[in-house]
Amino acid sequence: MQPGRLRLIAGVLALVAMAVPAHAATITVVMENLEISPAEATAKVGDTIELVNRDVIAHTATAKNGDFDVMMPPKKTVTYVLRKAGTVDYYCRFHPNMKAVLKIGGEPSR
Amino acid sequence: MFAQLGAAIAAVMLLSGPALAEGKLTDPQIAHIAYAAGNIDIAAAKQALTKASNKDVKAFAEGMVRDHEAVNKQALDLVKKLNVAPEDNDTSKALSKQAADKLAELGKLSGAAFDKAYVANEVAYHKTVNGALETKLIPSASNAELKSLLQTGLKMFQGHEQHAERVAAGLK
Ligand SMILES: [Cu+2]
Repeated sequence: MQPGRLRLIAGVLALVAMAVPAHAATITVVMENLEISPAEATAKVGDTIELVNRDVIAHTATAKNGDFDVMMPPKKTVTYVLRKAGTVDYYCRFHPNMKAVLKIGGEPSR
Repeated sequence: MFAQLGAAIAAVMLLSGPALAEGKLTDPQIAHIAYAAGNIDIAAAKQALTKASNKDVKAFAEGMVRDHEAVNKQALDLVKKLNVAPEDNDTSKALSKQAADKLAELGKLSGAAFDKAYVANEVAYHKTVNGALETKLIPSASNAELKSLLQTGLKMFQGHEQHAERVAAGLK
């Protein structure tokens, strides 16, 4: 392989590395038997929240302040990328007794 | 209002009355009561889906059909696994009779009046079932799996009650 080609590849790889935050984390939240765990989770902007529904009925993860409203079909896992910082109270629209808190820090994970 | 209150009180009396006072409920009887309670709410929701006009009321009714069908299927699977035959009893018969009367009563209403009456009855009905689950059915259940299904059922019924309250508040 020519040296110029190698440099090009290295350059492209460096660009890709800059575009994707190095360690965007994945935070898992489980809904099972109509309970959300953990009841309080911490994340950063850019992190992915993985929502696992272990019940046979659908739930939602709905932010009280309107920041997000994610449908969670029965026995499925869905993901959602956090875009906004803040302490967000969220609940299930179908079963409003299901409640939890997500603390989203402003500085993206590195 | 009086009719609703009367119906709720009648149901509470049924669930705590002689039928239950005579002795401890057996697991087959408990399973049947819980199953009947779910079916009653499905029938009410299906009526609402043909009559309701408000979109939140319709969405609520869809949710009731979806949730109660899913949980009743679990209940049937458990009953099969435990090899018990669900047993009709005075409580489940009385519940079903009362529900049939309510369906007929709501059937005469239409438009916003129907929406309001359906949602108000959903709040009252879920409250009644929650009370029965908490004070009678869960404490009486002996099989651990049945008990745990009833406990999950209680949380779902409590969630539906809160959901119905929110929908009711939105109708005012
Ligand atoms: Cu839910």
